[in-house]
Amino acid sequence: MIKVEGLIKRFGGQAVLDGIDLAIEQGEIVVIIGPSGTGKSTLLRCLNFLERPDAGRLTIGDLNVDVTRATRADILTARRRTAFVFQNYALFANKTALQNIAEGLIVVNRWPKERAHARAREILERIGLADKADAYPASLSGGQQQRVGIGRAMAAQAEVILFDEPTSSLDPEWVEEVLGLMKRLAAERQTMLVVTHEMSFARDVADRVIFMEGGRIVEQGPPDQLFRAPQDPRTRDFLRQVLATQVALDVPD
Amino acid sequence: MPLLDVDYMLGLVPILLRYLPLTLQMAAVGMALALVLACGLAVIRVLRIPGLNAATLLFISFFRGTPLLVQLFLFYYGLPQLLAFLTQINGITATIMGLTLHFSAYMAESIRAAIVGVDRSQTEAALSIGMTNGQLMRRIVLPQATRVAVPTLMNYFIDMIKATSLAFTLGVTELMGATQKEAAGSFLYFEAFITVAIFYWLIVELLAWVQRRLETRLNEAYRR
Ligand SMILES: Nc1ncnc2c1ncn2[C@@H]1O[C@H](COP(=O)(O)OP(=O)(O)O)[C@@H](O)[C@H]1O
Ligand SMILES: [Mg+2]
Repeated sequence: MIKVEGLIKRFGGQAVLDGIDLAIEQGEIVVIIGPSGTGKSTLLRCLNFLERPDAGRLTIGDLNVDVTRATRADILTARRRTAFVFQNYALFANKTALQNIAEGLIVVNRWPKERAHARAREILERIGLADKADAYPASLSGGQQQRVGIGRAMAAQAEVILFDEPTSSLDPEWVEEVLGLMKRLAAERQTMLVVTHEMSFARDVADRVIFMEGGRIVEQGPPDQLFRAPQDPRTRDFLRQVLATQVALDVPD
Repeated sequence: MPLLDVDYMLGLVPILLRYLPLTLQMAAVGMALALVLACGLAVIRVLRIPGLNAATLLFISFFRGTPLLVQLFLFYYGLPQLLAFLTQINGITATIMGLTLHFSAYMAESIRAAIVGVDRSQTEAALSIGMTNGQLMRRIVLPQATRVAVPTLMNYFIDMIKATSLAFTLGVTELMGATQKEAAGSFLYFEAFITVAIFYWLIVELLAWVQRRLETRLNEAYRR
């Protein structure tokens, strides 16, 4: 289980996260939506200490720390128990698809190379890229790169995979293959916290949808409830705008 | 009378070959030391280590801002006056010292730029899977920085080989010093110096070939 309590993060005096409380059960799929500049990325990055929060408590499995007092060892533990999928893939450019997936197992988990590569091949099968094992990121399409990015996160066997707008950098033609892979992970009950603007993914896959604005959780609930009967006017405004553009884009001409 | 005394030039080749190792040794030792020093300086600059950073900037500024020949004279003639125990610094040592310090200042900057140029999101990705800073440097940043830095560093090595010829001004008999002596004996200045020029040229061309092969290999991961 993952839990954050009273999480605060400031940039230059400005509170970008203004007291976030959030608990995620094992196997739960949680989607965060909200306008840009609202602190969604910062929240994910704080869970992983890519940003150092200014206040709050973080619980991941048996790790339970006051974030301001977290030691180097606590931070490494938190990072090993969370995996991150980046908007721009962030694959290691000097390593093949196989090596990207095996890297953490070899360096962080200290597995022997053969075992790590065997695991990486299993994962390449599951993400449908078995034939690209020896390809370098530069030779892969955006969709393939992001699937390798997800494969790298799968290899970590983390308590939770954090997705920060995993399809936002993709050309439209590659979006479906990445969402499809995420749906399969969700069906396997991989715990996921996903920031996305893909409302249909949120509606079809999430157990719970969270609407954030201004560094706070405004409203949350099962997708049916949040999309059909949003309570807060800010949620309603946001959904109206987003759905208007997404529907408009979907209309064939 | 022929335009060029080709027999004299051919006769010069085995003589010059005897002095080639000294030229190459000075360049090789200078390059190895300069690489180590430059990596240290680059890391100080990247991490902005307090105190050392300012000293490094001053060092780089001085050694890039003054002529190599002036630096060599400073070490060979000047230092022994300042530091009594250096009374017998020999020309070879002074040359290696000068080449090391001079070229490390240039190389530090290109190594620094190469490290800083590695895509920051890859650094975050490495940290996000739980790598330590050391693992991140060794496995992700330095291999990519190397690829960027190698062509420039090879260029500096080529420059350094040519710069060893300045050692003759400190009384060292290397390729250039030997040629100078031969020419002074035979008065065939053109033949002597065109022969030594071809020597340097061939070495540089050989290295340029090695450089191209190295770059192809290093770029393998980045072909689309
Ligand atoms: N490293 C940073 N330094 C200063 N301000 C930042 C930094 N990262 C994010 N911010 C600011 O914090 C706010 C929230 O950003 P972010 O978490 O990226 O929002 P979202 O992901 O919801 O679009 C924005 O106003 C952004 O400009
Ligand atoms: Mg964001």
